[in-house]
Parts: sequence; structure tokens; C-alpha cells
Amino acid sequence: MRKVIKKLFWAWDFEKEEKWLNEMAAKGLALVDYSIFRYSFEPCEPGEYSFKIQLLEHNPNHPESEQYIRFMEETGAEQVASYLNWVYFRKKTSEGSFEIFSDIESKLKHQILIKKLLLPFGVLNLCVGIGNIINTWFNAREIIWVPFINIACAVLIFWGVSRINKKIKALKKEHSIRE
Amino acid sequence: MENVALTEAVFYILLSLSEPLHGYGIMQNAEKLSNGRVKLAAGTLYGAINTLLEKGWITFVPGESGDRKKEYIITELGKKAVLSEIERLKELVENGEKLTGGWEK
Repeated sequence: MRKVIKKLFWAWDFEKEEKWLNEMAAKGLALVDYSIFRYSFEPCEPGEYSFKIQLLEHNPNHPESEQYIRFMEETGAEQVASYLNWVYFRKKTSEGSFEIFSDIESKLKHQILIKKLLLPFGVLNLCVGIGNIINTWFNAREIIWVPFINIACAVLIFWGVSRINKKIKALKKEHSIRE
Repeated sequence: MENVALTEAVFYILLSLSEPLHGYGIMQNAEKLSNGRVKLAAGTLYGAINTLLEKGWITFVPGESGDRKKEYIITELGKKAVLSEIERLKELVENGEKLTGGWEK
């Protein structure tokens, strides 16, 4: 029986999402599909799989991503779902521990990629918001609250970016003394 | 050649590729060589392989067509890098042992 759970995780909290997916797998529910906010699970042996989430530089259908996903598959991992450039991998726990990154450098690169994805949305929302506040102030003051939705989005995204910056800073500090 | 430390991942990848191996083979070999200590994760390994290919330190092994798994092997340039790294490591170990002789273990 397929079980669907609706849940929201922010891009900057993907580690929490991973943790949740692994807790579900430990309970015997393995992720088989994801579409916006909808996680589909199917029964598995409790603890049969470990899950990892990765943001790729390109869409999963891009040749470079396909090559990478094939490489992952050669090492025993499997792509179970994808959403935009995010890919959900699983690996049988019997095949050993599952990590995608084993050094600070590659962890750093991944966090920087997530930041690069978010930042333009934040800037865009901020610009659209400010532009429309000015516009509605002069032309339609009764709906001046509308562009504040953009401002709220921008604030949320910048808050997320600041969370990522914190992680990047900690990784960089560690990287300055070791690999 | 520049005298720059190699990362542990790169060092073990280059060592492993004295014989042709595919990605998973490199992971297993590095783990075996280090008695289970070095566990190269696939994403990190993939990035390192691509950089080493670009630098010409490793190269593809021409395989039979239809074989999906790519195999890699070290080049002369890669061997040079390993040898100079070993010299550097020797110096570190020598100095380390010389100067910590009186330290408690």
C-alpha cells in the first residue's frame, strides 16, 4: 500500500529532510516518489535503506547529471525521485554506510550550490516587492499590501541564505586546518 | 612540479589506479589499502576523478564498446605527483617522529 505524506521542508533544511526520510525508512517506509510537498512511501524492511538528498548543478535529465547518476548507481546507490535539480538517492544499508561527500571541500561546494540557487529568488522578490510598493503607492494605494507578500518571501529566503552562510562559515573554518 | 599537498582522497585514487579500475573499484581499493579507514563517498570521488582527468593525471582505459562502466588508469604525470607527494610525506613523518620522540603516547 502506498502511503502519501504531505510535508514541507525548506531547501536550507535538506539535512532535516534526509533525517526524516531515514527515520521513516527505519520504521519500514521507504520513499518511492516525491512531487511538491508530497512524499510517497512504500513498505520496506525496517532499516533496509538509507537516504540522501543532493542538489545537482543541472536538471537530472541533463547529460552531465545522467552521467553522475549512473556513476552513483555503479556504487550501489539508486535514484528514487527528483524534484527540479534535487535528487533523492537510496542505498541498501547492507551495502555499507551511505554518504555522498567524504571531505569538507565537496560538502562546501554543495552548500554553495544551494546558496546560488536561492539567492536570485531572494533578490528577485525583493526587487519586485519594492517596485510594486512604489507603483501601488502612486496608483492603487488600496492594494499596497500585495507587494508585501514578495517582501515576506524575500525575507524568508534571505533568512535561509543566512542559515546556509553559517554552515559555509563553519565548514571553511574547519577546512582551514584540515581536509 | 609545484610542491603542493595532495588530498587524502586524491592520493588514494592515484595509488589505486596503478591498475585499471572503475569508480566503485577505487572506493573498495582505498578502503582495503587503509584498513577500512578511508571511505571515499561517491560524490566526492566523482568530483576528484573529473578534476584528475582534466589535469591529465589519470585517463580513461579504452574499453570494449557497450561496457557501461568506465575504467581509469594513472598517467606518467599522475605518477610524478604521487612520487613527489611521498617525498613530502616522508619529510613530515621524519620531522614528526624526530620532534615528538619525548612525548608521551
